[in-house]
Amino acid sequence: MTENIERHRYDVVVIGAGGAGLRAAIEARLAGKRTAIISKSLFGKAHTVMAEGGAAAAMGNVNPNDNWMVHFRDTMRGGKFLNNYRIAELHAKEAPERIWELETYGALFDRTKDGKISQRNFGGHEYPRLAHVGDRTGLELIRTVQQKIVSLQQEDRAELGSYEARLRVFAECTITELLVDGGKIAGAFGYHRESGKLVLFETPAVILATGGVGKSYKVTSNSWEYTGDGHALALRAGASLINMEFLQFHPTGMVWPPSVRGILVTESVRGDGGVLKNTEGKRFMFDYVPDVFRTQYAETEDEADRWYTDPDNNKRPPELLPRDEVARAINAEVKAGRGTESGGVFLDIASRRPAEFILKRLPSMYHQFKELADVDITTQPMEIGPTCHYVMGGVEVDADSTATTRVSGLFAAGEVSGGMHGSNRLGGNSLSDLLVFGKRAGEYAARYVDGLGAGRPKVSKANVDAAAETVLGPLERAGGENPYELWHELQTVMQDLVGIIRRKHELEESLKRLADLRERIANVGATGGRLYNPGWHLALDLRNMLIVSECTARAALMREESRGGHTREDFPAMNPTWRKVNLVCALEGDDVKLAAQPVPSMPPQLMALFDRSEMAKYLTEEELAELDSVAAGDNVVAERAVN
Amino acid sequence: MGALRRFKVWRGDKTGGQLEDFKVEVNEGEVVLDILHRLQATQTPDLAVRWNCKAGKCGSCSMEVNGMPRLGCMTRMSTFAEDETVTVAPLRTFPVIRDLVTDVSFNYEKAREMPAFAPPSGVAPGAYRMQQIDVERSQEFRKCIECFLCQTTCHVVRDHDENKNAFAGPRYFIRAAELDMHPLDTADRIPAIRNDFGSGYCNITKCCTEVCPEHIKITDNAIIPMKERVVDNRYDPLVWLGRKIFRRDQLPAQGPAPHPVVAPRQPAPPRVGTHHIPLGVIWHKPQPDGLEAEVGPDGKMPLTEVTFDRAGAASPFGDNVTFPLPPDSLNYQHPKTDD
Repeated sequence: MTENIERHRYDVVVIGAGGAGLRAAIEARLAGKRTAIISKSLFGKAHTVMAEGGAAAAMGNVNPNDNWMVHFRDTMRGGKFLNNYRIAELHAKEAPERIWELETYGALFDRTKDGKISQRNFGGHEYPRLAHVGDRTGLELIRTVQQKIVSLQQEDRAELGSYEARLRVFAECTITELLVDGGKIAGAFGYHRESGKLVLFETPAVILATGGVGKSYKVTSNSWEYTGDGHALALRAGASLINMEFLQFHPTGMVWPPSVRGILVTESVRGDGGVLKNTEGKRFMFDYVPDVFRTQYAETEDEADRWYTDPDNNKRPPELLPRDEVARAINAEVKAGRGTESGGVFLDIASRRPAEFILKRLPSMYHQFKELADVDITTQPMEIGPTCHYVMGGVEVDADSTATTRVSGLFAAGEVSGGMHGSNRLGGNSLSDLLVFGKRAGEYAARYVDGLGAGRPKVSKANVDAAAETVLGPLERAGGENPYELWHELQTVMQDLVGIIRRKHELEESLKRLADLRERIANVGATGGRLYNPGWHLALDLRNMLIVSECTARAALMREESRGGHTREDFPAMNPTWRKVNLVCALEGDDVKLAAQPVPSMPPQLMALFDRSEMAKYLTEEELAELDSVAAGDNVVAERAVN
Repeated sequence: MGALRRFKVWRGDKTGGQLEDFKVEVNEGEVVLDILHRLQATQTPDLAVRWNCKAGKCGSCSMEVNGMPRLGCMTRMSTFAEDETVTVAPLRTFPVIRDLVTDVSFNYEKAREMPAFAPPSGVAPGAYRMQQIDVERSQEFRKCIECFLCQTTCHVVRDHDENKNAFAGPRYFIRAAELDMHPLDTADRIPAIRNDFGSGYCNITKCCTEVCPEHIKITDNAIIPMKERVVDNRYDPLVWLGRKIFRRDQLPAQGPAPHPVVAPRQPAPPRVGTHHIPLGVIWHKPQPDGLEAEVGPDGKMPLTEVTFDRAGAASPFGDNVTFPLPPDSLNYQHPKTDD
């Protein structure tokens, strides 16, 4: 290499500057470690700002019956018992402390009458549990940790003379490769987006906090940064991903106009009278009521419409079927050619309710669409379809330390880590997740560095040269494939074939097309120089999106059941045998290899939090028999104790 | 298939650049950022533009559209006439990096100078109690998405780089106001607001409020109340007098009270003999009684002499003070030379 590569030495490097990354950096710095924060965009712009609902924590401010055990139970139920129980347990136990801590950093949550943090109800949570600030909780959270970092920098300046003595933010910097020395993290390599200059961080500990993968889908609520960087970095460094088949789709995201594509339309639009129509004007949900629900849902439009005012004597409208049924129906209509040009159907409340009613019931929806898209939901129908929202799968980590299981010195927290949410995430659990495990990641990374002593792993020159070559590759292939076209094709494959409803032959087709894309992406080119060149940046992100998409497609093909965020049309039911299985992706050479691995089983004291009748839905016969024998054993012990 | 519309987009870097002409397809329902993305995908793959959420929540895609600072994701194409050429340029106040991307580090430097939230001592996490009505004032300012449109608009720095050292800009005035109005914050930022952040430069033209995509009333709810606080603190004749008479440690603490507190009048303590009265300046003498200006029934001072009972303005020392002051209220005891 002729270029002089900028070098930095840190104790801990945090990749990602959303809630998890910033919380991790705070903790590492509090432990006295020199810490770098790598942010793909400007400081404080991360995707965390998009979170609206709130942060779930069993503080019991609104309902004193709430406690960590109830929260744990809700989380496990939401994840359909595929969660790593220990992660869910730590999360439920520590979330309140993490929220309260934010107040000492200056956060201002909405309050209850007696001055405590207010908590709101949310789907799947038994009690009001989400600490919130209107509908901008994510912004409050990221601003709070961002400002805490600034205050730590001020302390460092007072003590050591420089704001950046112990904690430095590298804004608009992308890491393209982790450098490993004999199974241990030695450094991280990347480039400054602004200048295009290469940069090397020599560090024994890396915390991944890069968020999700949504940008591999055409319709997504995620921002451009969500290209699965952390997932791909971990894979290439030798770590493993679990649960990659589980993606959370929301059935009703806007698909048109383009200015609001992907933005969620709250389910209460349907609850308040909105109906789904295809391009022929037909209210199609009546054709999609599955037999098991037949008795609970209306068969005629008249009856359905009477339900809104008289729910006791009428059956529910089929628009209120569970999310996956609604998504399946929309998907089927679109695939049958009765969808709109942008791949959606119509959600119509305008023709069914007076404008005043809509304004009163859905004020923020009205404002959002009016302001962003000039769509007046009181006069025109919305064009909606399934939108990709969150990835449950991620880097396989140890529950307590967030350390990856196969590479020493590599940690992961937040959306990029896997296991916490099982097969589906409850609303509000992501913000608390990133606080709880962001803190743990920082803490354990610092401990790991302490344990290393002076013998730090070394970055090899050959690895750095190879990483540099990869980064500069697209610029040397000016005549190569257009990154925007490749991106569009990748999104089409994922949206159409590995979307919300999956089928065997479509997944197989997707793998073929991803293999083609892999060859083309290897030949991607970028024109223009190195100075802030988005085409080049995208060309480099593509390989991450590709490899993560492949993991999702492979795992989705292998898991022959439907559970949470994974719906197979050819295997529509949950299968207790599959509940015992985590699918684990790792790289062998350049190829994604998939392996089945048992889900850690809950210890009896946690199992005791659930009713046997409830567990019967999820567990296999053998597991139930074992459960019963443990329970019988407990009874014997209890009886002895009484006697 | 949408119509082709005309765009001028500034392209270049710190060495220079110019507006370049483009014809781009525009479809119904699109925003300026959509068009820039189409330009990237079809004509100029290396066109530099910042963006993240594309939903008006992250404040990344700030640019100047037809000369007006705006978020690209919230500027609908339907707001322009079909034959109108839309001109897109980088933020003017900050140095260009490339095309529409500017170096906004000025803002992050100012953020670092703002004295941070100072939590109350002795209140454990989880024990913070605040009322909704009290937190709402600060919550308005915490809606800020840091798009820096207010910063680029503000004429104090827009064409005056030389003011950047002494002036923090509207974003950091609302940050200061937010902390100042935080019910549990214990720091006093008023001196910093005047001395380090240059609140005096602002002459409340409200341009910042006008461009705020979050509709924060920057000027009315943050800057004006803060200027009042600064003025109360700095130029109030009573406080001014206090500063002249007393040493700093004798001054009332300049806490976050909205106005300097005037101590209630109390009868002067009776003098007990003559012992223990040291000579010279008595540094530890208690504060003199509070001074009050006379106010009308509405609680305010009369505006003009016409409605006032005497010529000239009210005494800055308070109308109820007569000079010479009784010597025992002074913190100076003249040494008796006879002794």
